[in-house]
Amino acid sequence: MSETITPGKAALFLGYAKIGLLGFGGVAAWARRVIVEERRWLSERDYAEVLGLGQILPGPNVGNAAVMIGRRFHGLSGALLATAGLYAGPLAILIALSLFYDRYGTTPGVAPFMQGVAAAAAGMVIGTAIKMGEKLRPPPELLAVGLLAVAGAAVLRLPLPVVVVTLAPLGVWLSLRRAWKAGAR
Amino acid sequence: MSEESPLGALVLGFLGISLLSVGGGVAVLPEMQRLVVETHGWMDALGFAKRFALAQAAPGPNIMVVGLIGWHVAGALGMFTAMLAMCGPTSLLAYGVARMRQRLAGRRGLRVAERGLVPIAVGLIAASGVLLAAGTAEGAALPWLALGVTLGSALFVWRSARSPLWVLGFGAIMGALFLR
Repeated sequence: MSETITPGKAALFLGYAKIGLLGFGGVAAWARRVIVEERRWLSERDYAEVLGLGQILPGPNVGNAAVMIGRRFHGLSGALLATAGLYAGPLAILIALSLFYDRYGTTPGVAPFMQGVAAAAAGMVIGTAIKMGEKLRPPPELLAVGLLAVAGAAVLRLPLPVVVVTLAPLGVWLSLRRAWKAGAR
Repeated sequence: MSEESPLGALVLGFLGISLLSVGGGVAVLPEMQRLVVETHGWMDALGFAKRFALAQAAPGPNIMVVGLIGWHVAGALGMFTAMLAMCGPTSLLAYGVARMRQRLAGRRGLRVAERGLVPIAVGLIAASGVLLAAGTAEGAALPWLALGVTLGSALFVWRSARSPLWVLGFGAIMGALFLR
């Protein structure tokens, strides 16, 4: 594994700006791509842990992760810069779209090429999850928890808070139990 | 319609919802729809669905749908107010937790406990991808082609270290050629 690199403040802002502006269909896939693969701010495992924490806290996950990652590198200003980077670009685009909506009275239709982009973005999100799972190599019982999360959210379409509140204690307990067993041996 | 000021209603409404949004901003989409469509009558269900589709198609976090609703209710000020109510307090909470976590750093139990949350985080990413793929295929002129693009893109991103911009570009071309 290669070393991680501590970003400067400008790099933190610009990295998050890239995540926001390229985040078609949501920003989860690009966040991992930029933070773990391209800029190497965090290792795969560190990033996954921050994201896991961001998930059980209320609020947008990647937004929560931006606050935590920004803070880790540059304290309060880091948290603000990462958050600003994440939201500034998309907000500008949304303002443009809203002006368009006000003028013409309809939401601009999703152009055909955007349907193709959305299909590819969906695949990007799925590919990212597979890649993370592969690199993190969870023990079998935690892999099962992950698959339960997929089934609960995508197949049964349970509300996400229900999925998280049910599975989080299970995951934490299984993880602690494994560590305890390994320690007892 | 309620009598209170629209900005106040935006703040109270999205603040309340944000505190429930465990699992991500999109987790509370049904509650959001209830607030916007039923409680305040700011728009109809179709208007809400269109705005969510737009926030999803546009780059950036999907939670930006909140900004679009705010804009509809009270213009630019409404947009910033709604986004701030939705993301501000939860960001403060995340900041506080990050601080606490740093103070507890080195406690082995904490790391181990956190590791138990990782599969849920990854699982929910996968689930959001699957739901996104299903929604896109449903709306596409050629569902199988859309699914094919999704599958190809998943394989590319999983197996290759190249930039995913390649697959987004490929998707755009396929969409322009075949999905009209």
